[in-house]
Amino acid sequence: MATEAPTSPPEPPEPPEPPGAPGSAAEPRHGLRLLVAWVVASVIGCLLVYLVWGPHLPPGDMSSSAANQQFDLRVLGTIATPVFLGVLIYMGYALTFWRAEDDDETDGPPIHGNAKIQLTWIAATTAIVLALAAFGTVELVTVQGAGAGEGPQPIWKPGSSSILQVQVIGQQWSWTYRYPQFGGFETAQLELPLNEPVQFNVTSLDVIHGFWAYQLGVKADANPGVNNVAYTTPKHPGSFVVRCDELCGLWHGAMFDYGKVVTAAAFQTWAQQTETQLASVTKILPPYALTYDPTAIANLGKVLVQLGIGGAGGGYYPPNDPEQP
Amino acid sequence: MSLPARVTTLLIAFAAVVAFVVFVAAHFVLSSPPLENYTPYASGGQVNVVMQTDPQNTVTNKPDWVSYFIQNPQNKQWVHTTYFAVPAATKVNMTIYGYDGCSALRNPVWGQVTGTIGGVEYVDGKPTSDLNSWSGCNVQHTFTMAGLGINVPIASPTTLNENNNLCGTSPCTSGPHQVVTFSFMTPAKGGTFRWQCIVPCGGGYVDGNGGPMSTPGYMSGQMEVQA
Repeated sequence: MATEAPTSPPEPPEPPEPPGAPGSAAEPRHGLRLLVAWVVASVIGCLLVYLVWGPHLPPGDMSSSAANQQFDLRVLGTIATPVFLGVLIYMGYALTFWRAEDDDETDGPPIHGNAKIQLTWIAATTAIVLALAAFGTVELVTVQGAGAGEGPQPIWKPGSSSILQVQVIGQQWSWTYRYPQFGGFETAQLELPLNEPVQFNVTSLDVIHGFWAYQLGVKADANPGVNNVAYTTPKHPGSFVVRCDELCGLWHGAMFDYGKVVTAAAFQTWAQQTETQLASVTKILPPYALTYDPTAIANLGKVLVQLGIGGAGGGYYPPNDPEQP
Repeated sequence: MSLPARVTTLLIAFAAVVAFVVFVAAHFVLSSPPLENYTPYASGGQVNVVMQTDPQNTVTNKPDWVSYFIQNPQNKQWVHTTYFAVPAATKVNMTIYGYDGCSALRNPVWGQVTGTIGGVEYVDGKPTSDLNSWSGCNVQHTFTMAGLGINVPIASPTTLNENNNLCGTSPCTSGPHQVVTFSFMTPAKGGTFRWQCIVPCGGGYVDGNGGPMSTPGYMSGQMEVQA
C-alpha cells in the first residue's frame, strides 16, 4: 500500500542578497580596505607628528628637561596617532559603507565572542602600557627627574660636580631667588648660566605655591618648611616665564615674573655685580638655609611684644589680637 | 495646581535665582574700590600722589583691619581706596603718611628700596635705601608693585610710647607717624599695575595674608597708567 508522504509547507524562496551585503558574493574585503587605509594614514600621520609638529610641541627645548619633555610628547603623540587614526578611519568607513537603508529596521547580526581578537587586544594594550611605563621611567632617570620636584632627597641627581644652587622662595605674592654660592644674596631676578646644571631648591614662606618655569620645563611645588629639589640644564639663551601654579590667594594670577638664560660669562658678571650691590641687604637676611621656619616670625613678634609694642600693627598676632588664628 | 500656575511659579523661581546671581556678581565679584584719578592734576611731567596707612579702619565694618587711604586730588579729602590713576611717562611723587605701628617683614629682603628714582626713599626727609625690620621697630607696611619692580618699606614710629598711642580714628589726621616720600616713573604705555603690602599685615588670618591683605581697598590695590 502506498503511503502518502507527509506534506510540509513549501520553504519561502531566499531573497536575493543585495550587492555588497555581508556574506554576498560581491562583498568587498572590508578588513583589507581598512587595514591598507589605516597603515598608509598611520605612516603619514606618524611622520607628520614626529617630524613636523613635534619640534613645535611645548615646552620647547630651552633646557635639558624641556627638550626631554618635548621628546616625550613627540613619542607619545606618535604612538597615539595610529590609535587616533584607527578610530577615525573605522568610524568613517562604517558611516560610509555600512549605513543602514532608511527603511531597514532589522536587527544587526548577533555578535559572539572571538578569542583571537580578544587575546590580541589584551596582549597589544598590555604591551603598550608596559612599554610606556618603562619609557616614562627611563625618561625620568636620564634627565635627573625631568625637571620635576623630587622632594628634599632627590633620587636622580646630575653627575656634574659643579651645580649652580638657586633657592626659589615663594611668598604671597612674589618669587625671590637666593644664590648661596654668591654670598647668599636674594633678588627678584632669576638669571641662569647656559649649559651648566642648576639645582632649584624650592620652598615657601607662607602657603603652598608652585614654581613653574614653563620654557625650562621645571615644575616643583613650593611648600612651607620643605625643600623641594628640581634639576635642569639650560641649553639655549633667552627669557622664560615663571608662574605660580598653585592657587595661593587673591593675587595668585599676578604671581609671575621672567627669568633669563645668559652665557656663563655673562652670568658670572651679573652674579658678582649683584652680590656686591646687595651686600648691605644680604647682611640683614637670615643665614642661608634650605627652609625658613615661619615660627621665627612669631618669635620676632614676641620680641616686639616684650618691648611692649602692641596694637593692630604691633607685631604678628599679639595676645590682644581679636582674631587669633 | 493648574498648568498656568505651575508655569508662573517656575518663572518666578527662575527670575529669583537669576536676580540673586546678578546681585552677588554685582556686589561681591564685580565691585571694586573707587578710583582716585590724578591724571588731570599732572603738570610738567610730574604728578603728586598722597596716601596714608592706618592701624585700623573705623570707616568700614572691619574696624580692626589695617588700611591704606588715598587723598582725593581735588578736595584733599581722604578716601578709603587703594585704586588710583596716573598718566603714562610721568614722574610720580608719592607721599605716604605712615600712621601704623611697626611689624616685622616675614622676609627682610623686602626692606630694600627698589624701583624708585635713585633707589631711595625719604623718611621724614632723610634718604635711605633699606630698613631692617628684624633689628628694631621701624617698618609698618610696604608699597610693593612687582610689575614695575617697585618696593618701598613704609617706615613706622619707632618708640614704645608712639606705638602704644597710635591714631585711633580713620582717616588719621594726628598721632605718631612717619612721612615717607619717593618718586618713580610710569611706563610709556598704559596699563594696570597691581600693588600690595607684603609685610604681611592681616593679623589673625592664614599666615597674615588674609583679611585686609586679600581685600582690594585695604592693603592691596591697583595703579592705572593712562596713556
